[in-house]
Amino acid sequence: MIANIIFILFITAGTVWFAINVRKVRRNILLGKDVNRKDNSPERWKIMTLVALGQKKMFSRPLPALLHLFLYAAFVITQIELIEIFADGTIGSHRILRPSLGSFYTFMISFIEILSVLAFIGTIGFLSRRNLVKVPRLASRELNGWPKMDANSILFAEITLICFIFMMNGADEVLYSNGWSHAEKLGDSLSLGFLFSSKLGPLLFGGLSEPTLHIVERIGWWGHIVMVFGFLNYLPYSKHFHLLLAFPNTFFSNLNPKGQFTNLESVTNEVKIMMDPSFVPPVADPNVPMRFGAKDVADLTWKQLLDAYTCTECGRCTSSCPANITGKLLSPRKIMMSTRDRLVEVGNIMDANSGEFKDDGKALLGDYITPEELWACTSCNACVQECPVNIDPLSIIIEMRRFIVMEQSAAPTELNMVFTNMENNGAPWQFSQADRLNWKNE
Amino acid sequence: MTNQPFIVPTMAECMAKGESPEYLFWVGCAGSFDDRAKKITKAIVKILNYAKVNFAVLGTEESCTGDPAKRAGNEFLFQMQAMGNIAVMNGYEIKKIVTGCPHCYNTLKNEYPALGGNYEVVHHTQLIQGLLDKGIIKIEGGSFKGKKITFHDPCYLGRANDVYEAPREILVNLDAEMEEMARSREKGLCCGAGGAQMFKEAEKGTKEIYAERTEEALALNPDIIAVGCPFCNTMITDGIKHFNKENSVKVLDVAELIAQANKL
Repeated sequence: MIANIIFILFITAGTVWFAINVRKVRRNILLGKDVNRKDNSPERWKIMTLVALGQKKMFSRPLPALLHLFLYAAFVITQIELIEIFADGTIGSHRILRPSLGSFYTFMISFIEILSVLAFIGTIGFLSRRNLVKVPRLASRELNGWPKMDANSILFAEITLICFIFMMNGADEVLYSNGWSHAEKLGDSLSLGFLFSSKLGPLLFGGLSEPTLHIVERIGWWGHIVMVFGFLNYLPYSKHFHLLLAFPNTFFSNLNPKGQFTNLESVTNEVKIMMDPSFVPPVADPNVPMRFGAKDVADLTWKQLLDAYTCTECGRCTSSCPANITGKLLSPRKIMMSTRDRLVEVGNIMDANSGEFKDDGKALLGDYITPEELWACTSCNACVQECPVNIDPLSIIIEMRRFIVMEQSAAPTELNMVFTNMENNGAPWQFSQADRLNWKNE
Repeated sequence: MTNQPFIVPTMAECMAKGESPEYLFWVGCAGSFDDRAKKITKAIVKILNYAKVNFAVLGTEESCTGDPAKRAGNEFLFQMQAMGNIAVMNGYEIKKIVTGCPHCYNTLKNEYPALGGNYEVVHHTQLIQGLLDKGIIKIEGGSFKGKKITFHDPCYLGRANDVYEAPREILVNLDAEMEEMARSREKGLCCGAGGAQMFKEAEKGTKEIYAERTEEALALNPDIIAVGCPFCNTMITDGIKHFNKENSVKVLDVAELIAQANKL
């Protein structure tokens, strides 16, 4: 009875805490400017199904895709077991679904055990890629400290979770074969029939006494649910948030050609005034400060901020970036990580000032991302192409270049010359427009 | 050498004669002023003449599309360029455009509509592919027998606009051996010129991007590195010089290869 109350309190607290943090993340994302990503929803559903659910873009690199698929399948499918855990935990039953589901129950738990074993293999694979093989994109300097710990701790948590599942099922198998299990006796079999635990249980816990076995089984059961809720509540702080956000993030993908950069409406109005004195611009909202490009996170769109929370720091973008490959400072992954770090910081300032942002004298540009990084980009779209969850680091780079050029007038000198040439003679070089057709007679 | 005349009408001339050509050939700044790129421009004109495509150029009325300004973050300058060009093109009631440069192609096709410029835009490789498909032209590939060609994807044709097959389907007609670099199509590596990098020194690093890309192409021991962009052409040519291969490996635009094959 006490156990049931503790269980209900634990589940409620875990859910409420998660909801509070999700609301905070949502508020932070909505600090971004509006952008329309709700058109053409059939296409959006299709992209989400293929890219998030179907992991389509992962498979351009088959080995990590396979390891990831093991963890992904285990994560998605083992959650059905939670239905039973919720019921058992709340009313104090034990394996409540087993009598009614019968052999399907045995199949289901056995299937979950297969997935758990595959997930174990995947986790060991990922840990060794990070810490033994040291795959370059997973061992770069920008991951030192928290990002590296975040990645490893989640993998160790995954192993612990899998151990709990096998403790729970394994001990229950031994209990059952001795007639001590709380699970209802069905037929005259002396085993619950779970594919792995029916062998593993006797091997590990064979000689233990009945009370000890019950304790082991409970540690497994409680350990499992505590890990699940611990993980859920860790997500909003971690790169592992991607397992939820991948879905909205791919749904709200950019559907335009990747080469098409956004049109700045505010600039269009100014240019029209310059070119046509009779043009009357629409009245601007006086509450929205006019700023060209992005200096800080609130100058970006909500989709760019959602991108930042969705990034799982896999580094496919950076490993395909021509600037990064040739030793420049730019790393598209770091652009996303910096954007999230700054956004979290802005959110924390708001929390500390009852929802109001107080200027802390810092900004995304300068304090987190330097002009040197931004000017190294060739706008080749390799990072956008590579991202398995359709994040667009290039659009952030361009927004910040816009701020540097149009608000700070701080473009590199050579580019200022290009601008002058273009204004004066309609070409990036110092050739006269009158000579444009000379090639015809050369 | 076929003795076809080299005809480059301008839109102004056509208008004076009451003609409206089917295509505007957008030459671009590199194609107009860069000595190497002018050869590509001429090759495109020869192919258009050969296929009897009804086209004209803007000539001195053409101005930069604004692409480098836009990529560099100067949205003001980009939009001023764009609106100027749109006024000229709408004045001539332009419907279709063929470009010699993927950057012009991308900007005209994707970024001009929001400012009032709506045209059907194709890159020259797409136009040539169309001419081949319709049987209007044939490629005499014989002279390329035994040669090895690798194609370098321009970012603004490939990833930016998902055009990967048009240049390849043209090159297949050359009877040459085609070999792909490890990083090709969606995974193609940039030459290093895009995003206004063409016009500035690269940031501090350990290697030039053009060297990284040219090294990859040279590993295949090609006779020809085919490109579809005047800026890629410049960068890869720099790379060939960097590795002292300018005598054994040629960097040529797809249009130049076709003009050569048919002795235009």
